[in-house]
Order: sequence, then structure tokens, then C-alpha cells
Amino acid sequence: MPSPLSLSPRLARRLAALALGLPMLAGSVAVAAEVNLYTTREPKLIQPLLDAYTQQSGVKVNTVFVKDGLLERVKAEGAQSPADVLMTVDIGNLLDLVDGGVTQPVKSAALESVIPAHLRGADGQWYALSLRDRVAYVAKDLDVQVLNYEDFADPKWKGKVCIRSGQHPYNTALIAALIAHDGAEAAEQWLRGVKANLARPATGGDRDVARDILGGICDIGIANAYYVGRMKNSPPDSDGYKWGQAIKVVRPTFKGSKGTHVNISGASVARHAPNQAQAVQLLEYLVSDEAQSLYAKANYEYPVKAGVALDPVVASFGALEVDSLPLTEIARHRKLASELVDKVGLNQ
Amino acid sequence: MGSRAQARIWHSGMVLAGIGVLAPVLSLLGLAAQGSLEHWAHLLDYVLPGAFVRTLTLLAGVGVLSAGLGVGGAWLVTAYDFPFRRTLSWAMLLPLAVPTYIVAYAYLDILHPLGPVQGALRALLGYDSPREFRLPDLRSLPGAIGLLGFVLYPYVYLTTRSMFATQAASLLEAARLLGHGPWSTFFRVALPMARPAIAVGLSLVLLETLNDIGASEFLGVQTLTVSVYSTWVSRSDLGGAAQIALVMLALAVVLITAERHGRRMLRYAGSRRTHPVQARRLRGASAWLATGLAAWPVLVGFGAPAAYLLAQTGEWLAISGAPSPRLLHAGANTVTVSLLATAITVSLGLVVAWSARIMRRPSRWLRALPRLATLGYALPGTVLAIGLLFPIMAFERGLALAREALGMAPAELLLMGSPLVLAGAYAIRFMAISVGSIEAGLTRIPPSIEQAARLLGEDVNGTLRRIHLPLLRPALATAALLVFVDSMKELPATLLLRPMNFDTLATWLYGEAARGSYEEGAIAALGIVLAGLVPVVVLARMQNRKTP
Repeated sequence: MPSPLSLSPRLARRLAALALGLPMLAGSVAVAAEVNLYTTREPKLIQPLLDAYTQQSGVKVNTVFVKDGLLERVKAEGAQSPADVLMTVDIGNLLDLVDGGVTQPVKSAALESVIPAHLRGADGQWYALSLRDRVAYVAKDLDVQVLNYEDFADPKWKGKVCIRSGQHPYNTALIAALIAHDGAEAAEQWLRGVKANLARPATGGDRDVARDILGGICDIGIANAYYVGRMKNSPPDSDGYKWGQAIKVVRPTFKGSKGTHVNISGASVARHAPNQAQAVQLLEYLVSDEAQSLYAKANYEYPVKAGVALDPVVASFGALEVDSLPLTEIARHRKLASELVDKVGLNQ
Repeated sequence: MGSRAQARIWHSGMVLAGIGVLAPVLSLLGLAAQGSLEHWAHLLDYVLPGAFVRTLTLLAGVGVLSAGLGVGGAWLVTAYDFPFRRTLSWAMLLPLAVPTYIVAYAYLDILHPLGPVQGALRALLGYDSPREFRLPDLRSLPGAIGLLGFVLYPYVYLTTRSMFATQAASLLEAARLLGHGPWSTFFRVALPMARPAIAVGLSLVLLETLNDIGASEFLGVQTLTVSVYSTWVSRSDLGGAAQIALVMLALAVVLITAERHGRRMLRYAGSRRTHPVQARRLRGASAWLATGLAAWPVLVGFGAPAAYLLAQTGEWLAISGAPSPRLLHAGANTVTVSLLATAITVSLGLVVAWSARIMRRPSRWLRALPRLATLGYALPGTVLAIGLLFPIMAFERGLALAREALGMAPAELLLMGSPLVLAGAYAIRFMAISVGSIEAGLTRIPPSIEQAARLLGEDVNGTLRRIHLPLLRPALATAALLVFVDSMKELPATLLLRPMNFDTLATWLYGEAARGSYEEGAIAALGIVLAGLVPVVVLARMQNRKTP
């Protein structure tokens, strides 16, 4: 029996090759291009996009998912910050980064030709990468085809409405849009009406709206559309699939306007980006046909690029007409929206 | 080196630890000073009164429930003998292994109209659809009180049980001899005697409740901590959030002072030596009733959520096969950082506690230092992490300058890019636990022993090495295990301060929850519970050895 320490010749050759090869490998890793991404976006959602980018370009993408405090961290890291690209899922959070002085303007013909002017900063400080419409989930067997956002305050839905925390950026953005359309007074009345209609505390996530509709707790709710794509595309015996099957999507509009409220996911190049060129290159990739199609097919979001095919579930909701309100207008009223939520006690 | 020089080194260590804990609080003060005061009118009108009342109700409810479960359980396993007593006496600690946010998530599923409990109930009562029959929703203040109480009671159980077991015997026997029945003995002798121990355990419970964000937010309870969050995140007002956080810190200081008061009385009780209590054997129905009473907190606080996670994990593994390498990597990261944090935290705790012990005629501010160490535990994790950003970066700038002076490339971040900074943050957050456990251990060692050692020629370090360290071993182990479990569960500071490409099980789970797809989330949650289970079981066995 061979002693456990004696190596077979083949293994010995391999080990020798490894010993010689490792330093070279380490060297090659050190020179290979890298780009550092700080994101408030759950990284697994964009991981397929980043993997595809690395495969295509050879650039390694390092990520850190920072939930709250992205701005504070980048600010504190200052000129030494390794961050190249900053990515968020809400226009307000993105503009906070710009206002906080941690972004830099970049010019790119590719970005400007793909992203419509109202979906990027005029000075190139920020770019939207995908659109996310906030819609109504309605119990499948209810006869509701058309809704205004204002209808959620209608007393006929008393005890039938589900919504996540009023302080969540998805909701403060919607309320801000309501303020811009109908005025602060009306928005406050609307919040009071919604509060009176709540079937359960305003908490949880958007998917909980579908789950609670199936659970008989509520009949309608406000949530983002892409969750429906995700739920209805789940394996048929999973919980998510059952929740998705319990609802239908109605795209509400504001009274007196024709569009549905839309928020964005977007990104900026960090002010002290050590790999500025790579940062721009990554953004350009994210609006390429391939990446935009991944946003649509893997994340069920709306691409910012025109003409990219949608996921069939999302396409079944019909054409999306986007509310004409500028995103910056929504961001402007966000603080007031958050204060109204407190004032009305929506979360209490 | 003389004893005085050695003592000076210990004291400097203690001051350094104090600076570490104070640094984030000071930078929060700086932030708060920069914030405007405009928002207070809004907060006072619409937010704080309600949040304050809800927070106090939550604290009161969780306090009463966890004290009832903890003290009741401790008394039951100490004073009576019944089937499965030995097993239950350590199993009562198990809920310590489960983070509150995981319990909240598990119970929301278990008790949801679509979940197993209401499903079975509907089948039993003959209803077809949840629209015809539903139980009240868990997402409420009473729901939060119930959940937190059942998860946090082990802190009270832990402290109270060792009190009952080691201190109570002779007094209890005297009470029995004087004709007191079991109820009267409990309420008139055991309970008053255990008050200091209850205070110690309860203060940990209440601090955890106060800075809990995961479970309260998940259950829709707007506490003060949740208000700090909406001020900061929804209104981009960090200065304002820091101001509220500091007000909350004042509330926490009140709790800590109460606990200190309790501990001072504990020392008085600790100097007596007695033999363990003789448990009274129960028979028949009353024996099984006792088993049931001791078992149900374990089943609610640990059994049901753990079973739920197991079932979910099994389901997922059946669909998709083995867990992904990244998840395994996250598991390895979690254990590594937690071990590192445990080593740092326990060492610092020893420095602070020992330094306080050997201080002769300490000045007032030095005496306050061990108390300061508990501040980190009193701040919500994210607030602490924000407060830490600035000191860390100041240190980092210093390093960069030093490297520049030495002619090296200064650009890279050394600390922010390393798990070391996480371990340091955990150490600052959990130092209260290690200082507390080690101090409690030290008070059980009479000062006469070290006077004897010093008379026989040992210096300060020799006394520590040859006398106190061996005697402190159980206290050190308790500190290490509690810190390890808490580090495994830590989420908010990890989210903000971690390096790139670095996940722990907690951040993994959080990411899955944020995405709304709990695919491998249940595995991550189960991993946290299992890894936390090992130290909890060790802790429980240690307790059992000490208290037969």
C-alpha cells in the first residue's frame, strides 16, 4: 500500500504546474480590468447582466450591495473610494447621490442615443436603465378593468386595500406624483382615504399584496408590475406562482391624465471613480440590446431602449403609457410625500 | 515590570476600548449638531408621541412576557423534577439561536391564512376559503410583543436560573420548613431574591427590543427605531435621524442604569455560598403538566420556526439540488468574521473588566468607562454603523498619510476593504455582552484571593494568569458564545460596512427577502440557526454542569 504522502507522478506533475502557474495567474488577475459597483439593488437581480458583461468584455465586476446609507458610505470614503458605478432603484435615491456630490457628469454618445432625454440628467450626472410601473393588483374574479390611483381612497374599498409601508421609496414616489398632479391637499385627503381602506397594516413587500389577496385579506392593492412577471413565471407548484395566479394587473392612471406612474432603476459614475473609462463602458453595456433584453426577460422590467421585446407576461398587461410628469418633479415632492404619510399616520 | 506599570498598561487598554465605543457616538453627536431642528415640529406633532407610546407598550409587553416565561421556566426546572426536565432545562435556551427577523418571517408564513395552521383550522370547521373565515392578522403590536417575548425570554431564563440554582437553597428550605406552600415560597422568597438576576436578563431583552428593526418593521409596528429610519431614508435627513437616535440612546441609558443597579445587588448576593436546591419530584398529571409548561416556550420560540425552515429548505433542495457555492462561501465568511469578532470582543471585555477590577481609587470618569462600553449595544445597528463610518475613514486617512510619508502608494482603502472592519464594528456593538459577563464572573471571585496572591509576591499580570483566568473560564466562555451567536445574526452594520463581493448568511437572506424570492433564503436562515445552535448548546451544557 502506498504511503499517503507519496505522490503519484501525474499528481506531482500537476502540482508542479500549479506551483509555476499560480504566480502568473495572480499577475494576470492584477492587470485584468476591474470595475467596482456600489448598488442599492439586490445584486442577484443584476448578476446575470454583470456576468454577461464580464464574459463579453473580460472586465471583472466587483459588487457591494448597500441597502441604506450608500450615499453616506461613498461620502465618507471620499477621494479614496474604490466605487466606480453607483446604482439605485429609485429616482429619489439616485438624485440624492447627485445632490450629495458623489457623482460626476459623463458624456457618451451611446448612452445619449439610447436613453430618452427625460430619463437622464441633462448634465450626464445620472442615467435611467430600466422602467418600473406601479400598478394595481386586483383579485382575479373582480370585475375591474379601469382604475385611477385616486380610486384607492374610494370608501367602496373599505377594508379591502393592501399596500406596503407608505415610507417605502416606491410609495413616496407615487405620492409625490399625486402631489404634483392633484396638489398637496388632495394628496393628503387621498392618504386618509387609503388609510381608512387598509385591510392590514401598511407593511411587507409588494408580493405580499398578491399573497394577501389570495389569502382573502384584501381585494386590491398597489405594487410594482415586474413582481407579477416574476410570480407568474415561477415553477407552477411554488407559492409565488399561486399568488401570481390569484391576481390580474390593471394599470391605473391619474385623474385627468392618461399615464401610469413609473419609477426607474438607474446609475451614475462615481465622482472619484478610479476606473472611469470602465464605468462608462459598463453603463453603455447596460443599455445595449443584449442587456436591455435581459432587463425585460430576466427581471420583467421595462427597457429604456425602444424596440426591445418584452416578457410575454408583461406584454399581456398591454401597452404601457408612461405618466408625462418629469422624474425630477417627482423627486422634488418626495420629502413632502414622506411627511404627509406621517401626518396621516398611514403606517400606524 | 512593576505592578503599577502593568496596571497602567491595562488602564490604557481600557481607555482605548472606551474611545472605540465613544467614537461612533461622538460622530453621531456631530451629525446631530449639523442637522436642522425644523423637523422636530413635524416629529412632535405627528410621529414621536405615537412612536413613543408604541415603543413603551412594546417594551412593557415584551418585558412582562419574557420575564414571565424566563422566570417561570427557571423556577420550574429548578424547584421541580418532571419528565424531560434535564433536556428542557437546556432546550429553553434554544430560541437564542434564532434572529428575531427570521422568526417574524417564519411566523407570518405559518400563521398566514394560506399557511398550515389556518388551513387546518378551516378544514376542521368546514370552511372552504379564507374569505369565509380568518384569524386576526399577526402584523400588529400584540403580534410583535408575542414574537419578541418568545424569542428573547432565554436571556432572563439564563440569568435567573443560575441565581435560583446557586443561591436559593437554604432560604427556600427555610421557607418550606416554616410552612410556606410552593406558591408562597415562590412569590415571597424566590422571586424577591431573583430580582437582581431578572433585572440583568431583562435589560438585555429590552435593549434588543428597543433597537430591533427587522421584526418590528416587518410586522408593521412603527417604533422609535423605525421612525429614525424613515427620517433618514425617506427624507434624506441624516442629521435629524441622528438627533432621534440620540434621544433613544437616552432611553437606553435609563435601562442600562437600572440593570447596573440590579447588578450591584447581585454582587451582594453572590458572596454567599450554598448548596443546590433539592428539586421536588412531581408525579402523574401534574408532572406532565410541568413538562408541557416548560416545553411550550421552546416549541413556540424555536421548534416551530426551525421546523418551518427545515421544511422550506427541504422543498428548495428537492427542486434545485445542492446549495450554490456562493451560499457556502457566505457561510464560511459568516463563521470567520464571527470568530474574529468574538476574539476581539472577549479580549476587549477582559481588558475593560480586569482594568476596572485592579483600579485603586479610580477617578470618576475612569469608573464610568465600563458603563460606556454598553453604549454600542444600545444603538440600532445601522445608526451605529453610520457613526462608525467617520472614525474608520479618519483612521484610514491617517494610514494613507503614513504610507505616503514612507513613499508607498497611498490610494487604496485598507480597512474599508477588509473583514477586519466588520469584526471591529461587531466588537463595538457587542462589547456590552463581554464586559457584562466577565464583570459578573469577577464579582464571584472574592478580593481576598488576589490580596493573598499579591502578598505572596504575584504581580498584577501573574495574578490574572494564575488565579483569575482559570476561575473566569466559564464567564469567558459565556461571553464568547453569546458574542459569537450575536455576530452570526448581525445584519445592519454588516450591510453598510462590508467589503465588496462579501456576503454573510444574514446579508444573503436579506438580499433574497429584498428581492422577494426566498429561494435559498431558507437555507441561509437555517444556516444561521444551525451555526448559532452549536454555541447555544455548549452554553446550555455548561450551565447544566454548573447547576445539576
